[in-house]
Amino acid sequence: MNNIEHAESQALHRDDVRSRMGMWLFLFSELLLFGGLFLMYSVYRFIHQKDFSIASKEMNTFLGTLNTIILLTSSLTMALSITAIKRGMKRLSISLQLITILFGLAFLVNKFVEWSAEFHKGNFPDSSVMLSKPPGQILYFGLYYSMVGLHGLHVIAGMSIICFMIYFTIKGHINENNYVKLEAAGLYWHLVDIIWIFLFPLFYLIT
Amino acid sequence: MKLEYKGKYFMASDTLGIDHNGYEKSYLEYEGKHNGIWGWLLSTDHKRIGILYLMAIISFFVVGVTLGFLIRLELLTPQGTIVSPQAYNEFFTVHGIIMIFIVVIPVIPAVFGNFFLPIMLGAKDVAFPRLNLLSWYLYIIGGTLILLSLVLPGGAADTGWTFYVPYSVRTGTNMIFTLFAVFILGFSSILTGLNFLTTIHRLRAPGMSWFKMPLFAWSLYATSWIQVIVTPIVGITLLMVIVERVFHVGIFDPTLGGDPLLFQHMFWMYSHPAVYIIIVPAMGVISEVIPVFSNRTIFGYKFIAFSSLGIALFGSLVWAHHMFATGMSDTAEFVFSLLTFLVAIPSAIKVFNWTATLYKGSIELEPPMLYALAFIFLFAIGGLTGVIQGALNVDLYLTDTYFIVGHIHYVVFGGTGFGLFAALHYWLPKMFGKMYNKKVAKVAFWIVFTGFNVLYFPFFILGWMGMPRRSYHYLPQFQLYHVIATVGSWILVIGLALMLGNLLKSLISGRDVSERNIWGGETLEWSVETPPTFENFKDVPNVINGPYEYKQNELVTN
Repeated sequence: MNNIEHAESQALHRDDVRSRMGMWLFLFSELLLFGGLFLMYSVYRFIHQKDFSIASKEMNTFLGTLNTIILLTSSLTMALSITAIKRGMKRLSISLQLITILFGLAFLVNKFVEWSAEFHKGNFPDSSVMLSKPPGQILYFGLYYSMVGLHGLHVIAGMSIICFMIYFTIKGHINENNYVKLEAAGLYWHLVDIIWIFLFPLFYLIT
Repeated sequence: MKLEYKGKYFMASDTLGIDHNGYEKSYLEYEGKHNGIWGWLLSTDHKRIGILYLMAIISFFVVGVTLGFLIRLELLTPQGTIVSPQAYNEFFTVHGIIMIFIVVIPVIPAVFGNFFLPIMLGAKDVAFPRLNLLSWYLYIIGGTLILLSLVLPGGAADTGWTFYVPYSVRTGTNMIFTLFAVFILGFSSILTGLNFLTTIHRLRAPGMSWFKMPLFAWSLYATSWIQVIVTPIVGITLLMVIVERVFHVGIFDPTLGGDPLLFQHMFWMYSHPAVYIIIVPAMGVISEVIPVFSNRTIFGYKFIAFSSLGIALFGSLVWAHHMFATGMSDTAEFVFSLLTFLVAIPSAIKVFNWTATLYKGSIELEPPMLYALAFIFLFAIGGLTGVIQGALNVDLYLTDTYFIVGHIHYVVFGGTGFGLFAALHYWLPKMFGKMYNKKVAKVAFWIVFTGFNVLYFPFFILGWMGMPRRSYHYLPQFQLYHVIATVGSWILVIGLALMLGNLLKSLISGRDVSERNIWGGETLEWSVETPPTFENFKDVPNVINGPYEYKQNELVTN
C-alpha cells in the first residue's frame, strides 16, 4: 500500500464534522456547568444588590483588565496558529501555540498576584475579616473565588491540551490536511476566553 | 498478513477478525491488540463495552437490592429490629444513590444502547469509541468511590440520595467521597450522551432516514439530549457542596447567607429530568418489544418518536413540583403544577399507542412480552399517582410520605426495572448466542410481579395514612402494612434471584442459538449474525424499509 492510497483511505474514514459536533456538544455542557454558577450569582446579586456593589469595589480593576487583554490576545494567537497550519506553515503554528501557552501562564501569574493581595487583606473564605462582613459580601467573595477558581482550572486544562497539540504538530499528526484536533483545542481555548468575558464585567465592572 | 482489495479500501484481513476459513469471528472471540482480560478492559468495541457495563451494573444492582432488603427487614417492627438508626440512615441513602445514579440512570443506554444503537443504525461502532471506554472507566471510578465511602471510617453518607443542605454540609460522614462520586458518574453520563448524539447524527447507514430509525434509537436520542443539557447543573451544584464543606464559602450555608432552597432548585433542575433519563430508554425498549410479540406494526410511530422529545422538553420545566411544600410563590407553584399535568400527556400518548398496537395483534406471551406488559401496567399506576401529586393541595398532604416512595418505586422499578428485564430477556440471546429456559423465566416473572406489588402497593396506603418517609420508628397502627411490604420484599428477592440465576445459567450451559432472527423482529440487529461479528456488518446495509413496516398486520410464520 503506497502512501497516497494510505492517505486516501485515511481521509475516507475520517469525518471532521463528527469530531466538531462532538466538541461543540462538549462545550455546550461546559457552558451549562458554568451556567449553574451564573445562576447562583444572579440569584444572590438580586437578593443582596448593595452588598455586591460594595464588595466589588475591593476588586483590582487594573489587574482584571490586564488579564482580559492577555486572554483575548491569546485567543488571537490560537486562531492564527490554526490558520498557519492550514497554510502548511508548521514552524509558525508551533510558535503561535507556544505563545498561547505563555499568555495562559501570564494570566495565571497575574491571578496569583491578585489573589495574594486579597488574601493579604484577609479577604478569603472563613477568615475573621470575612466572617465580620455582612452575608451579601461573604457570598460575593465566595462566588468570586469559586467561579474564578473554576475558570482558572479550565485555563490550566486548556494549556495542557495545547501542550499535546504542540506535540502532535511536531510529530506531524496535525498537518495542513488534518487539523481538526487543533481546531477542537482552539474551540476549547475560546470557551475559556468567553467565560472570562462574562466573569470580568460581573465581578470587576458592575458596581 | 493477507491484503484484500475491497473497493477503495485496502484492508488487512486479520485486522477484520476473519479466520482462516473466511468466516468472520464473533465479537466474543475476536481479540484486537490485547489478549484475555485486557482484550475486554482495553477494548473500544461498543459491544464489549456494553458487556462491561452489564456486568458492573448487575453487580451494583445486587448490592442495591441487598440494602433495600435490609431496610425492609428493619421496618418489620415499629422499633429497632436489626440495625441502629444511624446505620438505617446510611442504608437508605446508599440504596438510593446506588439504585439511581449507578443502576437505573446508566443501565439501558450504557448496556443496550452501547450494544445495539450502532447495529440498529447500520454502523460499525459509536462515533467516539475511545471516549466510550473512558466513560466506562469514569463510571467504575464513581461506583468504587461510593463503595469506598461505605467501608472507610466516618461512615457512608446519611443525607438521603437528595443531599439536601444544610445537613449535607454539616454531617460528619464521608460526604465528599459520595458527592465527588456522583459528579464523576455525571461526567460519564454526559460523555455517553454526547457520543450517542453524534452517532445518531453522523453514522446512520445509507437510507436510514430519521423516520426509519427504530424507536429505541429515538428514545436514546431524546435521553442523550437531556443527559448533555441537565447533568452539568447537578455536577456544579454537588461540586459547590464540596467547596462549601472544604472552604466554607457560604453559598449554600444559611449561617453565612446562603440559601438552602437554591440548592433544592438546582438539584431538581437535574434530578427531575433525570427521571426521564431513567424512564425514556425503557419506553424505547417497550416500543421494540410490543410490536415484535404482537406481530403488528407499531401504532403511531411518529407520535411515539416525538413524544420522547416532548417528554425531554416539558420534563425539563417541572422540577419545582418537588418543592411545593417549601413555600414558593403561589404563581410559581401554579405554573409548575400546570406543567406537571402537561408532561403526563406525552407519556400517556405512548401508553395508548402501545395498547393500540396490541389491538387485534397475534400476541405471543414470551418472557420479554410479559415484562413489557407488566411495564405498561406498573408504569400506568406509577404515572397516575405522580399526576395526583401534581395537584397542589393534595401534594401538601402527601409530601414526604410513603406515597411518594411508592410512586418512585412504581415508576423507576416498575418502569425502568421491568424495562431492563424485558430488554435482558429480549436481547441477551442475541448478545451471547445462548437461549435461557423460557419456562423458568415465565415462573420468575410471575414471582417478581407478585412480589413487586405486595411490596410497593402498601406504600400508597401507608402514605395516605400519613406514614413519613425515611423514618426509623413508626406508630403501631402502620405495622400491618409494613409487615405485608416486608413479606413482599422476600417474594421479590426470590423472584429476582430465580430470574438472574436463570439468565446466568443460560450463559454457562444454555442452548446455543445461531439463527439470526430469534424473535421475528425486523430492526437491523436481527439481520446480523448471532452473536454479532466484530464489525457488525459485512457490507454497509442499505436501508429501504422502515423498522416496523414488515408485518403488514399478518402473522409471521417461522
